[in-house]
Parts: sequence; structure tokens; C-alpha cells
Amino acid sequence: MKHLLSTQDLSARNALRLLNVAEEMAAVGQREIKKLPALRGRTVVNLFFEDSTRTRISFEAAAKRLSADVINFAAKGSSVSKGESLKDTAQTLEAMSADAVVIRHPASGAPARLAASGWIDAAVVNAGDGTHEHPTQALLDAFTLRRHWAKLDGTPSAGTTLAGMKVLIVGDVLHSRVARSNVWLLTTLGAEVLLAGPPTLLPVGVGAWPCTVYYNLDDALAQRPDAVMMLRLQAERMNAAFFPSTREYSRRWGFDDGRLALLDTMGLDDTVIMHPGPMNRGLEISSAAADSPRSTVLAQVRNGVSVRMAALYLLLSGDSQDDPQDDQPENQADQPDQLATTPEGRTP
Amino acid sequence: MTTDTTAGSTATPSATEYLILGASILGGDAADLLIRDGLIAVVGPEAADAASRGAVTIDAEGLVALPGMVDLHTHLREPGREDAETVETGSRAAALGGFTAIHAMANSSPVADTAGVVEQVYRLGLASGWVEVRPVGAVTVGLGGQRLAELGAMAESRASVRVFSDDGICVHDPVLMRRALEYVKAFDGVIAQHAQEPRLTEGAQMNEGEVSAVLGLTGWPAVAEESIIARDVLLAQHVGSRLHVCHVSTAGSVEIIRWAKARGIDVTAEVTPHHLLLTDELVRSYDPVYKVNPPLRTSDDVHALRAALADGTIDVVGTDHAPHPSEHKECEWAQAAMGMTGLETALSVVQHAMVETGLLDWEGFARVTSVAPARIGRLEHQGRPLAAGEPANLILVDPAARWTVDPSTMATKGRNSPFRGLELPGSVRATFYAGHPTVLEGRLATPRQAPAASMTGEAPAWNI
Repeated sequence: MKHLLSTQDLSARNALRLLNVAEEMAAVGQREIKKLPALRGRTVVNLFFEDSTRTRISFEAAAKRLSADVINFAAKGSSVSKGESLKDTAQTLEAMSADAVVIRHPASGAPARLAASGWIDAAVVNAGDGTHEHPTQALLDAFTLRRHWAKLDGTPSAGTTLAGMKVLIVGDVLHSRVARSNVWLLTTLGAEVLLAGPPTLLPVGVGAWPCTVYYNLDDALAQRPDAVMMLRLQAERMNAAFFPSTREYSRRWGFDDGRLALLDTMGLDDTVIMHPGPMNRGLEISSAAADSPRSTVLAQVRNGVSVRMAALYLLLSGDSQDDPQDDQPENQADQPDQLATTPEGRTP
Repeated sequence: MTTDTTAGSTATPSATEYLILGASILGGDAADLLIRDGLIAVVGPEAADAASRGAVTIDAEGLVALPGMVDLHTHLREPGREDAETVETGSRAAALGGFTAIHAMANSSPVADTAGVVEQVYRLGLASGWVEVRPVGAVTVGLGGQRLAELGAMAESRASVRVFSDDGICVHDPVLMRRALEYVKAFDGVIAQHAQEPRLTEGAQMNEGEVSAVLGLTGWPAVAEESIIARDVLLAQHVGSRLHVCHVSTAGSVEIIRWAKARGIDVTAEVTPHHLLLTDELVRSYDPVYKVNPPLRTSDDVHALRAALADGTIDVVGTDHAPHPSEHKECEWAQAAMGMTGLETALSVVQHAMVETGLLDWEGFARVTSVAPARIGRLEHQGRPLAAGEPANLILVDPAARWTVDPSTMATKGRNSPFRGLELPGSVRATFYAGHPTVLEGRLATPRQAPAASMTGEAPAWNI
């Protein structure tokens, strides 16, 4: 693994390695001295073109626990509003000898562009790009789910997959990078993924995804999921006619007190409720659900640091046990030889 | 037409005779051609005898002779964005690509919405002399979609505009579109529509479908194109005018145009070379060189477009040559400009996609790249048969050649070719524009000297 750009191109083997290393990192977090010398002398730049205190702090804590030097570069707003292009920003960081660039960007594909452009040599970690992917969020969700799944099974987490687990993702899938990353990663790890949301907020083309789609949340809950992941809803979507009102949305697709009680009625004692945060209490999730013992919201935050430590460690420590499958670039621009024939995307 | 008979300029290259030996005419039998005084003087075995002693002989064995290609859809960027392209560089690229006429789209700065601007572009074309440059006039003032531009003034200007388009922007107001279609009947004009429903494509970044769902890029749905085409063919029928649909990109659009033609509606349609070859799978790289409007579609669309071009539902190939400075492509996808270069790859891509697949023969190639576009643009001296007495706008193509696309060596200023690195068939060996060789041995030769009278403005333009 040279970069961590998406979960779609992450092999099961590399995903499990990341999660297993994250378990070791979590153990470090339990020690009195929570710091490892692994990345001493290495520089990690947090390049954030979008406000995100939570994700940035999580990456910062992860890098510092590995003894890396951390530079926070908050290019608030878009690169263009600053009058500086992504290319110039990237080359500035390259000139400062960054070893890894953690990038959050409002444009889908910006991290992939950075990694493939040749503008920099640093490892690129996608910390959320537009409505594309947020791979470390999916990894921390998978980590949280795996611990839960292993505990129910009475086995250690490390090495376990999510085989047999049923995960329901609810809400604005169309605009959610968290949903996309989770769909790919959770299915790669063996889980069955269900989606529920208003048809307007499910992308055209979702039929090709490896999951079942429900327009009715109660029908989806009747499938007895082991975890329900509520996505954050941006209320301004209402203005673009994605749904009539926040109240109607909340009634049909919100995880309210009634649906919380339904889990008890159905005897789903071990079903957990997840949310990537920040939550809109009373909109997509009720306070009772968010604060119930089923909620994994705080565990998710805690696990985020371990997963990000694992990602930075594996990218920067010259990982030799790579899955060779991941080294085959899907980007045709990297394979000039194949252009002469008929690569995908050029109709013969 | 008046031919180039500039008195006293005995040194002008067009005064030379060219004897082309053994060219396969439209891919058929080989014949000799004699070019003299801007015309094809003789075709056949007597050409060599008719040639004067000083005639330049071109061995064309193995080459195909075709009428010079005519592009209805070129962005030359001048005036306004001379950093992206100029009339000079764009028409050099056109000559190398096998064109003898190109239509310069109106979205320059200032917009080509007055007689003054179209005459400026027209004169720049004459001064360059590599191909015939025909300005397209804007339909609405400033491409604003509010008021009709002075279409009549542009039609009667020295540029004698016949094709009007707000290309880049759809004339989406149905009343304005109706009026434009009606109005251009007065001077046999045509409205070339960029079919894109604006509300359905707000912020659109790529084809809406399975790939956009994965990439998280805002979708450009096929229905946004198809709904406008459906409306426009009905408007054209209602007012009895002619409509040209630019860069058709979807299988559904093909079905609507096929239906309209069956009803006798006077509609013509265009497809770009890139929509005949590339699909939205390429966008997975997030490389903005694949960003274009309308977007690359699916493999099913590509096959429907090829079939439609072969059966005549789609009439012409138009390049939509859209050069951009590199900084407009060296950025994240959403920030990048839309458009691809195409003049220097069009022949090869169409040969690859249509001729080598058996969908078109070379005569069919001539129909879609020259005869039909010349007819739509009302260029009476272009797209003509290769016969004695016809204007000598023709090209010699080596269909057996193979070359690898390298944008850095192109004549256009744009480096944004989506075909970079691809090996393509076919090479333009010579281009004759009004009897003058602008390209010889696959390289730029010399530009045709503009007839003096047409530059001074004292006589009518040579091609009115």
C-alpha cells in the first residue's frame, strides 16, 4: 500500500492487516505511556480544505502517538478561493519534505488526483473527499463492528472477519462518502449490507452495488440487522427538493424512540446503533437512541485514533507484507503500455 | 466561387500544378488527379499528359483520396483566450488533421454575436490561410439566453454566417428557441443546439450512472439531453425550420432523432470522435483530461452512436475541438474545464471506430466528415465529388499508417487529448485547400495566400 485512497480498491487481506494492526495500536492506547517511536523523524501533514475538527484531531493524535512531526495546514474554503491550486499547495508540501499527506477536500477524487499526478512523492491518505469516500471512517466502523461481533462470539477480534453480520445503513447515501466507503469495506470483510433511505437520496446506479436497497426503514429493520448505521442528514438538502420537510424525513427515516423500542420488541438485544457524527439529534437519530447502551458513537471516536495510527504506520513503515493485488493500479494513466490495446473505458 | 487568380503573384504556390499519381478515389479504384488553379482539372489516365512540365508530382500509391474534411464544431478561442488557441494555431491543427474547412464556435470573448466579431474571425481565418474558417454566430446576445443576437446582420456580413449556436450553453427557453428556428429561415440558416436541460444538469460532472454512483461525482443524466432534443425536433417541425443537434451522446437521443427523421422533420445530428470511442469508465482515474460536455457515456451509448452514424441517423462527425491551457486541467476534477482537443485525431479515431469495424467504407467516411457537414453549413465549394471541374479541397490519407498519440507534438496549443498514448490508424499525408497544399508528406507546408480582394474589402468575399 502506497496510499489509502478508497476502500473499493482495498483487498480483504490488506483491510484485515489494517484492522489487526489497529488492535495492537489500541493496546498501546491502554498503556500508561501511549506513545510509540515508530515514525520518529517522519512528517505528516494534515491538509484540510474543509472544516473538520474531529477528523483532523483524530489524525493528529494518531500521528503524535507514533512520534511523527505533525503540520496542520487548514486551507479553509476551496483551494481556488485562496487563489492557489491544489498542485501548488501539494508542491509546497513536497518542498517541506512531507512523508504523508492526510487530505480532506470538498472535491471527489482530489486525493486520487494528488496521488496519481506525480506532483508529490508522499503517501496520500484520504480523510474524506467530496461525496466519494472516507476510508478511515469505514475502517473505524469496521473495527468497532468487528469488536462487537467477536465479543458476541467469545473470540478475539484480531483475525476475525464480519462474515454473517448484517449491517443496515440509513439515510442520505447519495451525498455520503461514509456510506460508500462502508459499503465496499463491509462487504469485502464478509458482512451483508442493507441500505435504506428516500429514493431521492440513493444514487442512480445503486442497483449495481453489492447490497439490498429498501425505501422503507421498517421493512429494512424487519430483516433483523446486527447493526444500524445512521447517516448525518444535511437539512439544506430539503431546499433542493430531495424530501418535503425534515419532519417527514424524521418520521420515515429517522431512528426515533419508537424504532428503538422496536429493537427490544423484536428481541434484537445485540443490535448496535452507529453514527459517524456529528449527530443531528431529533432529526436522523433521537436522543434516547444516541445515548442508549446500544449506541457505539463514542467507541467509534475512540477507535478512530487506533485505526488512523495503523494506516499511517503501514503506509510509512515500509510494509513488506503487502498484498500484491493492491499494487496493480486501476488507473490506466499508470499503464501506458496497455493504452495501445483496448483498456476498459475505450470501446473496441 | 471565384478562384485565386491574384494578378502578378507568379510566385504564389497555388500557381503550381500538382499531379497526384495512383490515389484510391474514396477508397475505390486508383486514379491520377491533376490540380490546377484551385480546381481538380483532370481525373484519370490523361491527367499526366495534361500536366505542364513544372507540375509537382505526388506519388499517392496506397493512399486514399478524400474530400477535405469539414468540421461544424471547432473552438478556436480567439478573440479572448489566445492562451488556449488562436485562429492561426487552430487552423494549422485542422490542416494537419485533414480539414479544409472548420466552423469556429461563438463562445469567444467577446462573444461572436455581432457582424463585427464574426467578420474579425473570418478575416483572421483568411489571413491564416490553412483552412477555410467559417464563424458560427451566437443565437442570443452574449450567449445569455435572453435576447436574439443580430442573426441577420451576421448572415449578411462578409462572413456570411449560416450556422448559429450558443454552444456550451443550451438555448433552453422554448419560446426563444422557437423564434430562432423561425427567424433563420429568412436566410437559410440553421440553429445548432447544445442540448442540455440546465436544471437537470446543475453542477453536473459526469454521466449519471453506475460509475458516477461509485465516484461521488454529480451526474449528468441522459434525459437532460434527450428531453431537449425531443422538444426541439417538435419545434422544428412546427415552424418548418431546420435544426442541427450538436454532439449527440446517448442511445436515447439517437432513437428520438431516428423518429424525427422518419416523420420528415428537417433535423441533422452530429457526434464527436471521442463519443465514438471513449466511455465513462475512464473517469475512474479522476483525470480531468476525460472531462467533457456532454460527458463520456457508457459502452451501450457508444455502440448506438456508431450504428446511428453508419445508418445515417447521425449525419456528421464534429470534433468539438476544445483546447484548454494546462492549468485548467491540472487540478481536481470538479474545478477542471470541460473539453478535449480533437482536430488532429479525428480522422484516425473515426477510421478506428467506424472504418476498421466495417461500419463505414471510405465513401461513407467522406459523407459524414465532409459532404454532409458542408451541406449543413451551406459551403457549396466544400464536400464536393473528386471530379474534374470541382474545387480542389481534398486530402490524401495513408490508411495503413499507425501512430501513437502524443499531445506535446501537436499543432494545437491544447495538450488535453484524451487519446494520449493510444495507437491509432490512419495518417493525413497531404491536404489541398482550394488547390493549395497546406500539408505535404504529413507535415505543414505553407498557408494559402488570401485573395487580395477579399482582404481589402473592396470585393465580395471569395466564397460567398
